[in-house]
Formats: sequence, structure tokens, C-alpha cells
Amino acid sequence: MDSGLSPQDKKDLDKFIKFFALKTVQVIVQARLGEKICTRSSSSPTGSDWFNLAIKDIPEVTHEAKKALAGQLPGIGRSMCVEISLKTSEGDSMELETWCLEMNEKCDKDIKVSYTVYNRLSVLLKSLLAITRVTPAYKLSRKQGHDYVILYRIYFGEVQLNGLGEGFQTVRVGVVGTPVGTVTLTCAYRTNLAFMSNRQFERSAPIMGIIVDHFVDPPCGGQRPANMGHPCNYRATDEDDGGQYAGCQDSQEVCTTSFSTSPPSQCVCTLSPSPSKLSKPLPLDSLLLPLAPGLVTHTLYASRLSYHPPALAGAAELCHPAANQVLHAGKEHGGVVSGPAQPPHGADAQLTAENAANTPGSSGDDAGLMHSGERRKRRDEGRRSLSPADPVESLNAFTRKIGAFVNKPSTPITAASLDLPFAAFAPRGLDTEDNDPMVQPPDSPPCPSPLQASLHSQGSEGSGQQDDFVMVDFRPAFSKDDLLPMDLGTFYREFQNPPQLASLSLHISSQSMADDLVTQLFKDSLPEKLAVYEKNIDEFDAFVDMLQ
Amino acid sequence: MNCRSEVLEVTVEARQVEEAMLALLHTILLHRSSGKFHYKKEGTYSIGTVGTIDIDCDFIDFTFVRVSSEELDRVIRKAVSEFKDALSGDGMGQISLEFYQKKKSRWPFSDECIPWEVWSIKVNVVNLANEQERQICREKVGEKLGEKVINVVEVINRHEYLPKMPTQSEVDNVFDTSLKDVQPYLYKITYQITDSLGTSVSTTMRRLIKDTLAL
Repeated sequence: MDSGLSPQDKKDLDKFIKFFALKTVQVIVQARLGEKICTRSSSSPTGSDWFNLAIKDIPEVTHEAKKALAGQLPGIGRSMCVEISLKTSEGDSMELETWCLEMNEKCDKDIKVSYTVYNRLSVLLKSLLAITRVTPAYKLSRKQGHDYVILYRIYFGEVQLNGLGEGFQTVRVGVVGTPVGTVTLTCAYRTNLAFMSNRQFERSAPIMGIIVDHFVDPPCGGQRPANMGHPCNYRATDEDDGGQYAGCQDSQEVCTTSFSTSPPSQCVCTLSPSPSKLSKPLPLDSLLLPLAPGLVTHTLYASRLSYHPPALAGAAELCHPAANQVLHAGKEHGGVVSGPAQPPHGADAQLTAENAANTPGSSGDDAGLMHSGERRKRRDEGRRSLSPADPVESLNAFTRKIGAFVNKPSTPITAASLDLPFAAFAPRGLDTEDNDPMVQPPDSPPCPSPLQASLHSQGSEGSGQQDDFVMVDFRPAFSKDDLLPMDLGTFYREFQNPPQLASLSLHISSQSMADDLVTQLFKDSLPEKLAVYEKNIDEFDAFVDMLQ
Repeated sequence: MNCRSEVLEVTVEARQVEEAMLALLHTILLHRSSGKFHYKKEGTYSIGTVGTIDIDCDFIDFTFVRVSSEELDRVIRKAVSEFKDALSGDGMGQISLEFYQKKKSRWPFSDECIPWEVWSIKVNVVNLANEQERQICREKVGEKLGEKVINVVEVINRHEYLPKMPTQSEVDNVFDTSLKDVQPYLYKITYQITDSLGTSVSTTMRRLIKDTLAL
């Protein structure tokens, strides 16, 4: 139907709507990155800022949006939707909100495209900026990192609000009438956030068959399900050409693995692109975060392109190739890489993390942890599976690995010399500590975890050097090498019924406990004490007056 | 033309007054500011770019977006801080943000200021007894401000009257061109304090922006 629009106006309008859609996605995703956004005003127009607003373009996001649009524009029945969801460290996910850019049939023929529509679209974007900070998901996204991450997914077509649970609310950001229809921007957000306790999450079927897997060759081998979103924690590089985006995929080399303390253990691999792709190298400061229980992907705070493969199932596959990765990287640097936790030992991975979290500053003395077995481990780098039969034994096999450039003689200490549980973490004599770069790495602040220590000792050169990571050996109580040659069960049974405390076993005859105490007090010459106080009462009063 | 008037009401604790006012005033100004105009020869103009900054509130669980202009921020902060000082303690007050156009009259008559949009924010200050109440207040006021932002956005998106885009000679009648990085519509901020009895005892009008009536 001829809307009476001149061809130039039609072309302009299409362009406006297309870029409006792209900018809308940018604003929404950037608002869920978990960081404060700050852009500068510029009085001289650069010509590249659409709608006269300084909105950065994250290449990955633009790429995804363009992919979803596939050359089409939002139209009647074809809405562009950005779905924001939350994914916990246990792998549960929940949709939080869906932003919809729709077009309806109501046309405003008289409106001037190049001027009024453009300005109104600009105002609508400003409204979007304001509203994205107001919905509940904003606060959640600012706190993401430890226990959950925020993901986004872009799709085109029918709006789907089923995943938002009951009682979801809708807020209308605004509308702009155009000669071909009215552009409407709305947000439907979940109000019922009580899913954590119920664990009633659903994995919805893939939508439109769009595979949102932007890593062409995921090193971890896992393919994300189609409905999985992208993490909202990418920071744009300073490079302007979007073409660089494709290049990022080729350079993932670092995998830092962290563990959750809740079984089954999950490995989440976060990958950082090589420093050349980042405008700034991965700051090691990010790794100063303690390995808290719960999911910590340190690189979430610093890394800027993170990939979260499905954590739950397939943890085995994930860790395995990740181990490969680390092994290879380690070999390049000539460092020692001991096989990281193999997933069959879910408990192991878990304990290792726990231990790392509990490790005090002078954690361990690596000498103590270096068994003669370690030398064997070095030789057996290629060996991937550790003896699965005895988890404790395999734990012992996780020796503390020294960083590649640390020059330290290893002193094997046998288990017999350790006469305390957790002896490994007892403060050692000065001589060993002084020489131990693991504990006091040269020229760097005290490290709260051995992980850091090894990284610092590698010269702190940035993300390229972080391919070694440290497995800390530790001795939990009741482990095999513990002092008491008994297991937990025996211990419990034996000490289940301790004898009564002497102080509690006073003559509990007809008197109550209180009576007993009172009797005792009186026996302790309380009346005499009272008499003394009464005698000196004037003195005491004078003292009190003096204080007031 | 008719001036449209919108009223927003908030109830806050004394220490939250400043941030609540900043949040709402900046949200409104975000929508009512444009980039700097650069007029070209043929009577066309190009518009500069407006940046934005997220501001976290310290005493309220809320984050708002303002335009990236330190000058504008200073002006608004000064106004809000005067309002806060005038409120001092509990009580009620109202701060108004008025957008107006100047209409040049012939000499000796001075120019007229014709408002086209007035936002009034009524503030009710309460004092809270203990820390727990304050914590609850933080969250509640944050939610309330969120609702107010949605209200503001709703009104603005009705796309009702806006002054026509001016020619180069007229631009100062419509826009405030004194700032170097953004160009809001001409505005003025005034406030009045109501004493605890509810009667408007003193109507304190303060001119915080250059106003031609002062000439």
C-alpha cells in the first residue's frame, strides 16, 4: 500500500528503524553488563552517533542483533526481542525480562520522517536508558559474578513471555508513530523471583533454530544449547572495526577453572582472548579475588570476553579439554602443569576449591606438598587420568605446582613428619618461607592464595602467562595420612557419648541449679562483702558523683 | 498554548532528599536536552552528541542516568542543595522545573517567558527512628523513584507540544545555549517550602538561571 512516502523518506525511515533496533539492543545489553556506563558528550557532531546519543557499539552484540534480524526490519508480527536471563552457578537459569521492539499498523502519515521521527526515536532511546536502570533485573545484573551471571538472547519473530512466570509486569518505554506504522518499545519483567528455592526452572525448546553460539570452535568442546544466552559481561575493545570480532575467536588460550563447592562439581571455563585482542591485558588484580565458595570466575571482573558453556552436564568434557589447553600452554612455557581436577572426582574438585578458599597467606609450604611423587607427575604431564579408585590418593597427587620461572629446590617431606592435620598450612620457619617464592613472591604484595603466588612469580606479564595454575594439596581431617588412624565414622561413634562435665554434675537432688549457685555464693562470704560495701557507702557515692 | 503540568510526589528521609531530587530532575533533563546545535549556511543545522552517565545513589537503592555534562550537573546540584537547606529537618516542600520559551517583545517591554511544561516534585520529609527502618526506607524509596521515572517517561513519550526548532537567531529563545556540551531547553528551577502546618507560609522564589525578567 502506498503510504505516500517519498522513496528517499522510505529509505531513511528504514535506515532509522534498523539502527534504532541495533542501538536498542546495545543499550539493553550494556545496561545488564553489571557496570556503570559512562559516555561523553561531544559538541561537534562526528556523524557516526546515531540519534545524537553517545551509545557505544559492542561488536559482538551488533553481530548477534544483525544475525537475529537477518536483514529484516521489525514489522507487524515480526518483533525484535531481547531476552535477559539469569544463570546460577549450579546451571539453573531463569528468564528475567524480555524487551520487545514491535511495530503495529497505526500509521501517522503526516509526520516528517527525517526530523520528527528521528528526534522522537532519540527521545525513546533516552527513555530506554532511563528505564533499563529501573527494572528489577538491573540490580541483579550489578551484583552478578559470584553466584550467577546475566545472559542475553536476541530473537526475531513472535514475542514469547512464557518464561517470565506468573504475574509478570509490563512497562511501556514509549511509542513513535511513523508513516509505516507505530514503533513500540516495551519490557515485560518477571516479578516472581522465588525460583531459587523451588528450582522450578524450565529449559525451553530452541527458538527458531537460531544457534546462539558465537564461538565457532569452542575449546571446551561443548556446544551450547540454542536457548542459552550470551553473557552480559563483554567489554568492547577500543578497536572500531567490527571485523575484529571474528578474530577474537581464534585466540582463546587461557582457561582458568574454578569450582563450586556444591556437588556435583561444575567447571566453568572462562576464556580470555589473547592480549592482542584486548585493549588492555587481563589485569592480574582480578585474580586477587578470593576463591570463595560458590562460583567465582575471576575473569568475570576483568575478562572481557567470557564464554560459559553449560556447566552441569558434561562437566567432564569441559574440564578435560580445558586441561588439555592448560597443559599445552604450560608446556610452551616450560612450566609444570599438573593435571587439573578430573571430573570423575567431583568431590576432589570441590575440595580443592574449598581448600584454596581456606588457605591462609602462608599457605602450605610447597616443600611439604612436594612429594617425591611430584617428580613423577612432571614426567607424566600427558597423563590425564589419575587413579580414580581412591579420591584421597588422587588429592595427594595434586601437588602444588611451582610457577614456571620459580627457581626453587624441592625438598620432599614425607607424610610422617607432618604430625598435625593441616600441618601443611601451619606457619613455617622463616628460613623456608624466605626462600619460598610461592609464599613470598618477589616484588609483589602478599598473596592470599597460592594461585596468585604462582602467577606473580611468572613475571606478571598479563593474560598470556596465566596458563599455570596451582593445585593445592591439603589434608582434611580423617584423611588417610592423618594422625589418628581412624576414619570419621569410628571417631564419631567413639566420641558420641562423652562423660559429663564435672561442674555440671553437682548434687542434682532436689535442688535446682539456681539454688545450687546461690548456696555457693553464700558460702563464698557474700554477706561479708556486702557489709564492707555498706560501710564504705559514702565513699562510693562520692566516687559516683565525681564521675557524673 | 497551554502549559502542561505534571506533579510527582515522593516521601523521603532527610538525607535522601538531595539524591531523590537529583535523580528526578536529571531524568527529566535527560529527555529535554539535545546536543549542541551547529547552524550551517543554508539554514540547516547539525546536532552534537549527548553522552550519558550512570549515577548510583548512596542513600537510596537506585541508579539514574543523567546527561554527561558537568556544568549542567553543577547547576542542578546547586539548586537542589539550596532546596535541601531550605527544607532543613522534616516538613514538606516542592521543587519545580519549568521549561519555557522566550518571546521577544518590543522595547520597552521586556521579554515574556512562556512556560510550556512544568514538573513539580512534592517532597515530604520524614525522620526515622532506627537503622532497620532506614534500611527499609532505602529500598522503598528506590522503588518509588523507579515508579516516578516510569511516570516521567510515560508523560514525555506522549510527544505532546514541543517548541518548534528555532532558526539560528531564535535559538536562545528556546534553548539554553550557555553550556558547552549539551543544550537543554530553557528551564528554571524554583522551590517553595511548606511548614509543618501545611500552609504555604513562605513562597521563596529563587532565580537560579539567567532570566531576562531580572534585567
